[in-house]
Amino acid sequence: MITIIDYGLGNIRAFQRVFEHLKVEVSIATCADDLVSATKLILPGVGAFDYAMTCLNHSGMRELLEKKVLSEKIPVLGVCVGMQMLASKSDEGVLPGLGWIEGSVKRFNPETIPFKTRFPHMGWNSVIPVNHSPLMNGIQSDSRFYFLHSYYFEAVHPGHTIATTIYGAKFCSAVQRENIFGVQFHPEKSHSNGVKLLHNFANL
Amino acid sequence: MLYPRIIPCLLIHNKGLIKTVRFKDPKYVGDPINAVKIFNEKEVDELIVLDIDASVEQREPDYKLIEHLAAECRMPLCYGGGIKTVEQAQRIFNLGIEKIAVSSLAVEQPGIVAEIARRVGNQSVVVVMDVKKTGLRNRYELFTHNANKGRGLDPVKFAVQMQDLGIGELVINSVDQDGMMTGYDHKLIDAVKEVITIPVTVMGGAGSLQDMGEVIRKHSIIGVAAGSLFVFKGKYKAVLISYPTPEVKEAVFKEYFHP
Repeated sequence: MITIIDYGLGNIRAFQRVFEHLKVEVSIATCADDLVSATKLILPGVGAFDYAMTCLNHSGMRELLEKKVLSEKIPVLGVCVGMQMLASKSDEGVLPGLGWIEGSVKRFNPETIPFKTRFPHMGWNSVIPVNHSPLMNGIQSDSRFYFLHSYYFEAVHPGHTIATTIYGAKFCSAVQRENIFGVQFHPEKSHSNGVKLLHNFANL
Repeated sequence: MLYPRIIPCLLIHNKGLIKTVRFKDPKYVGDPINAVKIFNEKEVDELIVLDIDASVEQREPDYKLIEHLAAECRMPLCYGGGIKTVEQAQRIFNLGIEKIAVSSLAVEQPGIVAEIARRVGNQSVVVVMDVKKTGLRNRYELFTHNANKGRGLDPVKFAVQMQDLGIGELVINSVDQDGMMTGYDHKLIDAVKEVITIPVTVMGGAGSLQDMGEVIRKHSIIGVAAGSLFVFKGKYKAVLISYPTPEVKEAVFKEYFHP
């Protein structure tokens, strides 16, 4: 069963709706007990990094979450700020991240962005899968996904990057380390491409 | 490559969808949830839904309706109408909305808007500026409450203030062009764009994809929104929800989008 972690942030219902549509069993966790039966996890997130970390740290779910992901190694997908939370730290805040994938969260360098409009990086941009991750199965190069953010995940190991996108410079728009996945864009709001990606996650 | 956004804007009045002309003469065009379902199928870039009653009636946002919209919507959704507190904004985000739009709140209590941006991230806070030409010299003036309340503010200066406040997006809505379908107010758009670096969406006046294209040609990365264009068909304005197919959209970008 896919369990969506509800720590007060993110499009819980949008994910639920997509999985229901795909006839995938889905549940929502608001406390540690709800995580027990999870075999896959979605970690959504919108907003500021520190606020998101604070909410998760106070949700009472973090300990079991780490056990499920790091010891039992069930697949987890961090989305948007949920992906950024996988890193050890962020330029946006002072709190440490989860540190599940080696990397840090950086702010885009405005100098590299060719448009007068710079922040946030908002709208539909092309995603280019690299390093053959099962999450990106069947996703054509240059498929468009919806982005809404000003910071991005910079992976320490190039092998952890499973998709790139260009906004001024090339940045990592999806990561994977073993059972831990993250996407900077919003698959739950990216029409058929997003549905395909979430279907891939469900099929892992 | 990042692309411009083509955005239907839906207005809610008495729980139904309506479309106005210059913010007056509301015409009923259907059920909001049904419209969202159609726009899902058409894979629209983004959707703006504005409850035009909430602030005027001084009531809270209709959370039930927002929850339904968010659950149904498979594209990014911006909701506006009646948001007056940080808690209300937070509650709406928790229902699954990506962006919230405010207008009267931005004029009356900018501090709260800044606090919402700080709390939920500035990328999710949108300010809608309803702008109308007033006076003998046809100056642009900022209006709120469905264009009934002139605020004596210059939209260009206000836009800068909002940007400094930390909002993530600005919607420029021309009251004079609303529902006219004769093209956007380029003078207004150019003046605001000149001083702003945050994302801008323009609204009011689109009668064709070419009208949108002209804005894209000039400003490349921009949101172009329309009401009438996507809910009416023909000169008698028969209600028909439409949106360009991916092929048509590509053709528009090919012709007009040269960043």
